[in-house]
Amino acid sequence: MKTSKKIIYTIILSVLVLAFLFFLDVNKNQYGMAYTVLQKGIIMAVVAVSMNLVTGFTGLFSLGQAGFMAIGAYVTAIFLIPSESIGDVYYISGVSPVILNFKTWMDSLPSWIQAISPYIALLIGGLAGAFCAALIGIPVLRLKSDYLAIATLGFSEIVRAVISSPQMDTITNGSYGLKKIQGFTSLFQTFAVATVCISFMILLIRSTYGRAFKAIREDEIAAEAMGINLFKHKELSFVIGSFFSAVSGGMLAMFMRSIDSKTFSISLTYDILLIVVIGGIGSATGSILSALLVTVSKEWWLRFFDNPLYIGNFQVPLFRTGFRMVIFSIVLLIVVLFYQRGIMGRNEFSWDRIAENLLKIKKLLRRNPKEGGSKNV
Amino acid sequence: MEKNNILTIEDLYVSYGGIQAVKGINLTVPEGEIVTLIGANGAGKSTILRTIAGLVKSEKGKITYRNEEITGKATNEIVDLGITLVPEGRRVFPDLTVLENLKIGGYRRKDDLSKDIEWIYELFPILKERSWQLAGTLSGGEQQMLAVGRALMSRPKLIMMDEPSLGLAPLIVHGIMDIIKTINKQGVTILLVEQNANLALKIAHTGYVCETGTITLHGSGKELLENESVKAAYLGKARK
Repeated sequence: MKTSKKIIYTIILSVLVLAFLFFLDVNKNQYGMAYTVLQKGIIMAVVAVSMNLVTGFTGLFSLGQAGFMAIGAYVTAIFLIPSESIGDVYYISGVSPVILNFKTWMDSLPSWIQAISPYIALLIGGLAGAFCAALIGIPVLRLKSDYLAIATLGFSEIVRAVISSPQMDTITNGSYGLKKIQGFTSLFQTFAVATVCISFMILLIRSTYGRAFKAIREDEIAAEAMGINLFKHKELSFVIGSFFSAVSGGMLAMFMRSIDSKTFSISLTYDILLIVVIGGIGSATGSILSALLVTVSKEWWLRFFDNPLYIGNFQVPLFRTGFRMVIFSIVLLIVVLFYQRGIMGRNEFSWDRIAENLLKIKKLLRRNPKEGGSKNV
Repeated sequence: MEKNNILTIEDLYVSYGGIQAVKGINLTVPEGEIVTLIGANGAGKSTILRTIAGLVKSEKGKITYRNEEITGKATNEIVDLGITLVPEGRRVFPDLTVLENLKIGGYRRKDDLSKDIEWIYELFPILKERSWQLAGTLSGGEQQMLAVGRALMSRPKLIMMDEPSLGLAPLIVHGIMDIIKTINKQGVTILLVEQNANLALKIAHTGYVCETGTITLHGSGKELLENESVKAAYLGKARK
């Protein structure tokens, strides 16, 4: 396919997506479910791509995502609780003077800085996550495969335990969590931040660094023999991956408007891992697709399994709260059994591939009538 | 006049998890030659190569490359200096394309790679045909060519090959040996580790025989081919 054609298609697709988002944003009361679910989906896409960068492209099986998200979420949240609500949020144990001073300092800043404060908050949340990743990366990245997974999982639990510990009450509000966090103003804001994050990671994957990451994933010894500094590149991938995990944590905080430490338990990491596996380990676009699909089906499309279903007077058994998750697990089992490499495998979205598949379908359609005919005879 | 030595190893000792694999080895590689290191399994040949490449730390001894000591340097620095290892068992990156594999080979270089890629394609025309194929789908011989091509992408002065004939059909092994000769003629010094002593000694200028971590014999390729104990031990010919 010609490049000019591809560019035209890409522009058309972007315009369609933007139009769709605009439509949703205008009619958000009518399509509240789609509005919310898509927002959550795209946030999950950011963290899924970041996990894929570390696990799928660099081959570091890290399960610390929830921990980094928690760091990002709490830092962002503390930034974005309006100073007039601080007292309400920390009504049980009081606020640490550090936060109070910080808030008065922030209020004294010029208004244009306050206007972009959500972005600054997300950035600083991400940097906090990246800093922690750089620190724990030094010892932890010397471990391989399962051991690395256990160590990062442990880290994530430590973060959660520290956040909910009573000693941190005046900063993180302990087990009560933070609320009244300033949220996104529109769907566009969420999507814009997510697009910037995801584009950065995709560009990184396609750069020479990305190629080195893949080489490490494929064969560490050969990569080292080619002169790739293993530790430096692993650390780089881990830190960048954690930065974007933390940013997505901040986005989650802004999306939910209230967070507590339980949000960031191990099950969150598993949810992300699931998205990555379904989308294809080693496919960024697969992760985005699967993040949207999984979130939308989990929160919305499969909802009807949770409500009692009547056919005439007969109540179909099993249709009750929680049945959705059973169906979801079965779908998962099927995916793992028959699509071991996920929706996209290690391929990325490309117009060429779509054109190829369309051609195949065309050929099949042309051939099928004859075959169908002979079968009927 | 004696030729310049590109690599000199003096009194090298290397241990692997408590076992001494290399016990005091002295070895020189003259610039522009093919030097081969033959010996049985577990003689320490691969360990020597891995130590030169900086993948394994030595216990004692000195490795000098063009009057510069490289003992204990990191692999990336050694690659920058111009020494590249073709690891044992090919170890191409199976899920990357042939072209990507070649680009990884030139990873340490910041200049334009396109000329070198053309050069590799000239050396191995089959790789050009397969440039968009995943390396894992190549045949054993093609993978070995790719491994050699990948190593050449870093523009090495000295290329070390660890058993390039491993697991390949005899006809293909001959092809690989021809390639080694071609590369050598283009000015790259070669340090070749082989179990196929017969073939290796035939193309080599100098040969070393390695036994349980020490060098027991050394001489020109021809000399070693005719040496009675080498014949008996490695060439499978009975003593008369």
